[in-house]
Amino acid sequence: MALYSEKVMDHFRNPRNVGVIEDADGVGEVGNAKCGDIMKMYLKIDDGTITDVKFETFGCGSAIASSSMATELIKGKPVTEAMTLTNKAVAEALDGLPDYKMHCSVLAEEAIQNALEDYYTKNPDQRPQKNEE
Amino acid sequence: MKIYADNAATTRMSRTAIDAMLPYLDEIYGNPSSLYSDGQRAKEVIEAARKDIAQVINADPREIIFTSGGSEADNQAILSAAAIGQKTGKRHIISSSIEHHAVLHTLNKLEKLGFEITLLPVHENGIVRTDELKAAIREDTSLVTIMFANNEIGTIQPIKEIGEICRAHKVLFHTDAVQAVGHIPVDVAEYNIDLLSASAHKFHGAKGVGFLYAKKGIRLSSLIEGGAQERGRRAGTENVAGISAMAAALKEAVANMETSAARLTAIRSRLIEGLSEIPHSALNGDIENRLPSNVSFCFEGIEGEALLLLLDDKGIAASSGSACTSGSLDPSHVLLAIGRVHDVAHGSLRLTPGEDTTDEEVEYIIQAVKDVVQYLRSFSPVWRDLSSGKIKHIL
Repeated sequence: MALYSEKVMDHFRNPRNVGVIEDADGVGEVGNAKCGDIMKMYLKIDDGTITDVKFETFGCGSAIASSSMATELIKGKPVTEAMTLTNKAVAEALDGLPDYKMHCSVLAEEAIQNALEDYYTKNPDQRPQKNEE
Repeated sequence: MKIYADNAATTRMSRTAIDAMLPYLDEIYGNPSSLYSDGQRAKEVIEAARKDIAQVINADPREIIFTSGGSEADNQAILSAAAIGQKTGKRHIISSSIEHHAVLHTLNKLEKLGFEITLLPVHENGIVRTDELKAAIREDTSLVTIMFANNEIGTIQPIKEIGEICRAHKVLFHTDAVQAVGHIPVDVAEYNIDLLSASAHKFHGAKGVGFLYAKKGIRLSSLIEGGAQERGRRAGTENVAGISAMAAALKEAVANMETSAARLTAIRSRLIEGLSEIPHSALNGDIENRLPSNVSFCFEGIEGEALLLLLDDKGIAASSGSACTSGSLDPSHVLLAIGRVHDVAHGSLRLTPGEDTTDEEVEYIIQAVKDVVQYLRSFSPVWRDLSSGKIKHIL
């Protein structure tokens, strides 16, 4: 069996949404170079919807593929939906990752959470109100 | 294009080696321990191989035992030397921080059993310093085990000087010569080597076979108990075909050593020259004292596994010391030992071309590495921060 699924290799070889959004509404960066993976996500948000997303990644094949897949999963989606994206969903969309590479999908989830948090910090009025009991 | 540039990992079997192997798979398949003629012919082949191999490294045939490869030979050499030392209360072993895991893990095991291990540093050039070795030797030192040449960065250790020091201090000297045998001159008598490990598939022989040289008088402990093969030092029916092929491959490699080394050194120089044009890159290990075929680089701002996968897409088989290729979180212990920080060590590439690699292929490799490094940097947040000055370049 090959190390990676066809889907992982496809997203690694032809990563979607690569780049930078200069006037991003939210930017998230996770990981560190010491561990060998850094992901940076840029979000453009309009009226509660993620209208554009770009990423930059320093890391292995599965880190690049996980970033690419994560951007595909949230692009054009409501912010509330992006908030609930899990690493498992990213890994499943890639037809699975080797066990020791699952942390790459975790980084992708965290990068998005981080970028959304940045957006809410800059736009506190947009932060969803917690339902009161 | 399909280019194999990972000869330090394994080599293609030579035609000579395959031809030396085949008769012992079907025609003469007797067990060397059997009395009838086909068994005895198999036995003769093994003894002829032993003689040939001994001659190549300037040893006596009785000093060679066949093993399943380099790792087994390393294990047996170190555990045997430890047992010998223990008899006289010597429980201190010296090695280096860049050894193969077959050596390091065996030493870890001994440490748990109460032995004391000193790992010599190698400094930036990837070479141990003999004055530091001298200073590390104690009354209770039983063994010095230092590799002949490193598998990752190709640096060649001062084996002759180490051998002299060990002899003067009456300490056993083992060297893991897996990367050296068949590639550079190895002479156990001249270098005062007591124990030496080698592996056939690194010099165009078959996988799963190697040998251990143990100087006369050094009592080897068995790792595998059973029959009386290898004069009781390694039980198990001999890998007759593999042993025959190993001797043939080694004789051929040594006969062609000078021309191969000259060709490989020229390839190495061109690769180093070409890859050095990549900004913020650096050669790993000493530029002079290195194996003819070893080119090891670090590139800032990228990760090695992604580099390897994209090179594979371009038909190039290479290797890296990044964490992601090792299955652990830490990058290569060798790159860390020569002072590469984690961030940089993750972006390593090892190319070990063969003597048949063409000039055209060399140019193709250089261009491919340049293109892939540039591409991966184009969307690396680390490279962005390095370029903008947010973090400082190390290389």
